[in-house]
Amino acid sequence: MSTPVTQIEEKYRKTDLPDFQVGDQVAVAVLIREMGSGGRGKMEEKTRTQNFIGDVIAMQGKGIRRAFTVRRVVQGEGVERVFPLHSPLVQSVTVQRKGDVRRAKLYDLRGKSGKAARIKERQHGRDKAGGGASTKKKTPSASADAPEANTES
Amino acid sequence: MKALLGTKRGMTQIWREDGSRLPVTVIDLEPNTVTALKTEDRDGYDAIQLGFGAIRAKCVAKPQLGQFAKAGVEPRRHLREVRGMEGEYAVGDQVPVTAFEVGSKVDVVGTSKGKGFAGTIKRHGFSRGPVTHGSQNVRRPGSIGMCKYPGRVIKGKRMAGHMGNERVTVKNLEVVAVDEAAHQLLVRGPVPGHDGALLLVRTSWTGKKKS
Repeated sequence: MSTPVTQIEEKYRKTDLPDFQVGDQVAVAVLIREMGSGGRGKMEEKTRTQNFIGDVIAMQGKGIRRAFTVRRVVQGEGVERVFPLHSPLVQSVTVQRKGDVRRAKLYDLRGKSGKAARIKERQHGRDKAGGGASTKKKTPSASADAPEANTES
Repeated sequence: MKALLGTKRGMTQIWREDGSRLPVTVIDLEPNTVTALKTEDRDGYDAIQLGFGAIRAKCVAKPQLGQFAKAGVEPRRHLREVRGMEGEYAVGDQVPVTAFEVGSKVDVVGTSKGKGFAGTIKRHGFSRGPVTHGSQNVRRPGSIGMCKYPGRVIKGKRMAGHMGNERVTVKNLEVVAVDEAAHQLLVRGPVPGHDGALLLVRTSWTGKKKS
C-alpha cells in the first residue's frame, strides 16, 4: 500500500541489501565512531568499519523499522547484536552461508553450545529443502517487506 | 506569523547520518486559499480567512456558496480565521507549504484523540493503591475532600470524566522537511489527533521578543 508515510519511508530505505533469512551466516559491516586521542591529548573523531560475523537468529519489524539479531560465540561467550536493517551505520550485509532452518526465531541456540548449536547448511532452494512448514510460515513476513522478499525459490 | 490548515497523515521515523533515529509526523498541507479578509474598519479586527480542502458545491449551504462566489474562490471544506498574516495576501491567493522553512519551529493545533470516560489514573495521573493484602482501593480516587467544614467538594477537584477530544496545541516542533511537490511538511515528534485529522500549523510564537 502506498501512503504518504510509506512514500517517505521509501526514501530512507536501502535497496542494495542482499536477500538473507533467519539461519544464514552473515557479515555485517558496522560503522564505528570513536573519540581517539589524536596525539598530545587532542581528541578527534575517528570512524572505522568493523565486521560482525554470526548467525541471524531473528528478524523483526517491517518497513524502515526492520531489524535483525546476529549471534556469534566469542571465546565461549555468546554475543548478540541487534542491527536496524536500514540504519546508516550498517554499511553492508554479506551472506556467507545459507542456513536450513524451520523456525522464524532461533532463540533455542542460546542454550546450546558446540555441535548442538550448529545450523544445517541449505543445499538447494527453499522449495526443495523439504521444509514445507517453514516455507508456509515465512512467506507472509517476507512478502510484507520488499528487500527481504523470498526471491530465492 | 504564517499559518496553514492541513491533515495529519501519520508518523514514521527517518535516519540521521550519525545512525540515530528521528521521529517525524507527516502533515499534508495542500495550498490554502485566502477566502476572506477581515478589516479593522468593517469588522473591528484584522484577520485573514483560510480555506482548506475540496468540497462539492451541493454540500455547501447556499449562503456560504454566495460568499465563496463573491470572493471568486472555489468552495472550501474548512475555514479558519488567522491573525498576524494580514497584508501579505489578497482574497483568492494560494498559501503554499513553502511558507514554512526547514529548521524553523512551528506550533500545531489539533483535536486530541477521544479517550471516553476515563478514571483519575489515566486522566490526571493519580497513583493507584496496593493490589494485594486485601486492598479494595486499586484505581479509586481516594478522599475528595474534608469533613463538616467545608461540607462540600472544592470546585475544580480532579475526578473521573470525559478525556480527550479537545483542542490541544503542541508548541515548538522542529520542521524537518518541506516537500513542495507533495505539499507535505515533516515535523519532529507527535501531533494531536488521529490520522486524517484537521490541523492548524503556525509559526511558533514562543521565544520571540515583544517589539
